[in-house]
Amino acid sequence: MSETKFVLKGGSLPDGSMRNILIVGDSISAIDATVNEADATIIDVTGSVILPGLVDLHTHLREPGREDAETVESASRAGAKGGFTALSAMANTSPVADNAGVVEQVYRLGQAAGLLDVFPIGAVTQGLKGEALSEIGAMADSVARVRVFSDDGMCVFDPLVMRRALEYIKKFDGVIAQHAQEPRLTVGSQMNEGEISARLGLRGWPAIAEEAIIARDVLLTDHVQSRLHVCHVTTAGGVEIIRWAKARGINVTAEVTPHHLLLTDELASTYDPIFKVNPPLRTEKDVQALREALADGTIDIVATDHAPHTMESKECEWQEASFGMLGLETALSIVQKTMVDTGLLTWQGVATRMSTAPAAIGAYFDQGQGLVVGARAHISVIDPSKTWIVDRDIVQSRSRNTPFHGYELPGVVTHTFFKGKATLIDGVVA
Amino acid sequence: MRHLLSINDLSLTDAIGILDTATELSRISDGQVKKLPTLRGRTIVNLFAEDSTRTRISFEAAAKRLSADVINFSAKGSSISKGESLKDTAMTLQAMGADAVVIRHGASGAPQRLADLEWMTGSVINAGDGTHEHPSQALLDAFTIRKHLGKGAADLAGIKVAIVGDVLHSRVARSNVLLLNLLGAHVTLVAPPTLLPVGVESWPATISYDLDSVLSQVDVVMMLRVQQERMSDLFFPNAREYSRYFGLNLQRLALMQPHAIIMHPGPMNRGLEIAAEVADSARSVIVEQVANGVSVRMAILYVLLAGAPSGSESN
Amino acid sequence: MSVALSAPDISRALIRISHEILERNQGAENIILLGIPTRGAHLATRISQTISTIEGRDVAVGMLDITMHRDDLRMRPLRAIMPTSIPSSGIEGRDVVLIDDVFFSGRTIRAALDALGEIGRPRSVQLAVLVDRGHRELPIRADYVGKNLPTSPTQSVRVHLTEIDGIDEVLIEGESN
Ligand SMILES: [Zn+2]
Repeated sequence: MSETKFVLKGGSLPDGSMRNILIVGDSISAIDATVNEADATIIDVTGSVILPGLVDLHTHLREPGREDAETVESASRAGAKGGFTALSAMANTSPVADNAGVVEQVYRLGQAAGLLDVFPIGAVTQGLKGEALSEIGAMADSVARVRVFSDDGMCVFDPLVMRRALEYIKKFDGVIAQHAQEPRLTVGSQMNEGEISARLGLRGWPAIAEEAIIARDVLLTDHVQSRLHVCHVTTAGGVEIIRWAKARGINVTAEVTPHHLLLTDELASTYDPIFKVNPPLRTEKDVQALREALADGTIDIVATDHAPHTMESKECEWQEASFGMLGLETALSIVQKTMVDTGLLTWQGVATRMSTAPAAIGAYFDQGQGLVVGARAHISVIDPSKTWIVDRDIVQSRSRNTPFHGYELPGVVTHTFFKGKATLIDGVVA
Repeated sequence: MRHLLSINDLSLTDAIGILDTATELSRISDGQVKKLPTLRGRTIVNLFAEDSTRTRISFEAAAKRLSADVINFSAKGSSISKGESLKDTAMTLQAMGADAVVIRHGASGAPQRLADLEWMTGSVINAGDGTHEHPSQALLDAFTIRKHLGKGAADLAGIKVAIVGDVLHSRVARSNVLLLNLLGAHVTLVAPPTLLPVGVESWPATISYDLDSVLSQVDVVMMLRVQQERMSDLFFPNAREYSRYFGLNLQRLALMQPHAIIMHPGPMNRGLEIAAEVADSARSVIVEQVANGVSVRMAILYVLLAGAPSGSESN
Repeated sequence: MSVALSAPDISRALIRISHEILERNQGAENIILLGIPTRGAHLATRISQTISTIEGRDVAVGMLDITMHRDDLRMRPLRAIMPTSIPSSGIEGRDVVLIDDVFFSGRTIRAALDALGEIGRPRSVQLAVLVDRGHRELPIRADYVGKNLPTSPTQSVRVHLTEIDGIDEVLIEGESN
């Protein structure tokens, strides 16, 4: 049996050049090929932009433990729908991914689903408690080959624990992805601390609680000459600290979520917990600073922080509700809306920030190779001229907690290819 | 107007309308009328997820004087204390045919959730939600102020009010700042900086940390309850020091203008934010606030429930 | 639209009602006039002035708001509550004359009787109206009528008084059929 062949015809590459792409087997075999492959499936993508497969460095897949909210399989479908070819499974599952057993289980579930790569992230500390280091080495050496470690959801608060973790991972060029949240300043916090929280009577989550940890961590990283990744930066002050650290040559990278590029704390006025997220939605000034930072490279990547929750944990009082929002299926559209359509970022910039750079941070060598001959055929195709209306009732995710329900968004992801296999065809998950 | 969730739901005309209605209703009750037939056949549910006997009794008395049927759901023994969701509770209330729900809840915004989510069709009246708002308390406070200092005016233009104490955690303060400002009064918030919310600068109020300098300037001193447990959360060093700087005692009473009145939403911590002699002094209208509460809540129920359901107005 | 009563018509009707009230009650001594806001209250004031002039002594007058006793609250937009003021002597044992502008279904008067019952127990309750347009829905009649105006139910009767409207007149709107 011959290998499957696809020709993507009529689309443009991230740099704007019009090229056809020939996929043979699991690789890109030619770019700008003359379309004479008689046995290839021709896919007309005229008017669309062809991007390297998107890589998410921050995904909550909920399996094991909360399969009612999401599974590795359902998150894989949501990823394919959103143009992703790799997800990174955060460690705050139940049981916690703090040992080789759990990360290998998640890795294998990803392989079994087969729609994209699922790269487990290991917990920094046992049980995310922030006290004793988890089996970092064993996870690194496991089949899952973990390189990113994070207690996300919790902050590695104890400075000594953070220092030791940063030092320990140097052994295999790992990275600590920090959820920057000073716990004492955020006891019972519900939303951004400011004018809106004062009016609504919801306990504030001050920007300083994020910035203080980022500042400490870049200094620690400098001191021990390790590698730090700052999860979901949300404040203008945090951006300033990272900009300073990069200028000093500190090995730090940072991510921003799509929702923090668009939404603000004004939305809490509805008391609808669909807008409750950690870190919280900030102010318009922060949103503008985040967009600029993503444009100028201070913030390296977009990561979704896709956080599925069942309706029970959202159809309730704000303070009782869970933190988190869906992100995979809307990420690229939000980035187009906030960054591309505003002229802040080219599609080439999007390719870097949503594919090449996150793959490099996670050391996902099979991903993020770009659209070059011989590269693994991880591809997503978006039609930027089309719009769609987000409907929480027809998402691929098992949960429906998208804050964008009813939004008309630009950019329809029509096709996704993972290792040369079509996982999304004309908007339908294979 | 279908719901009363926040003072922001009221226009100046609405607010004055409620105060005027309450004025007429209080005159009727002075004339020993026990019961009016106005809301006969309507069902009002008191949903109290948080203990507050005085507010519940006040709403219950108001509803009964208007001949409504009253059902009490109190914290202890009700389903909401057993983890039943707000949604399930609302659907139960709907099935019971509640025309209005008076809700007291520990979570800020719970009344708005109940109103917005269309789980029930009745009116929602916020009887205090978390640290957000307590609009009926603000209305009865404004009613009391107008009665004493209004000089016949419909609004409170030019009246100066100091609100003293734990503004950060006070729903009474939030509703009062909004309503007093709407009615033309000038508000000064007096508190230690720890007990003022970040963002308070955007409120229509003057801020002061010095009670003594404010007392001689105002017509009304409204003291807020300070909870003992705030000490362990480091908001102030101890009760003694709090009282020394922010407690209303006899020496401070002497600084007030002769016509100025003293208010407190209750329950009081005598000896902490207010000295017993001050609470019981002739300048204190604290007991009267409670009595006025019934008339004001009758007016709220009347305004929300007596007319044709909104949207069905013909004529 | 047609004018049913002009200013002189209204004036004559009120003078006649004043005389009838005095005649029926053998003087003004035990009478309390209670107007139903808003226009009934102004009519009560006018009648009290006429009676004072005739009798050479003041007659007790007040007003009685019946909003909280209405049985049609849910059928109309919210009504503002109007003031109630009862003479300090009270109504116990007195002859109360309720005064309203237009007498129609009788429901307003029913509510007024309920409201009165909450205040005390008068010796008698009488009813004076400027216009009786018929179409009663309750077994209630007026003791003193300024003018009987046959109307169809679809028509509406508008009373304008100088105190509020700047002119004294009674208008009928709509077609009779
Ligand atoms: Zn996080």
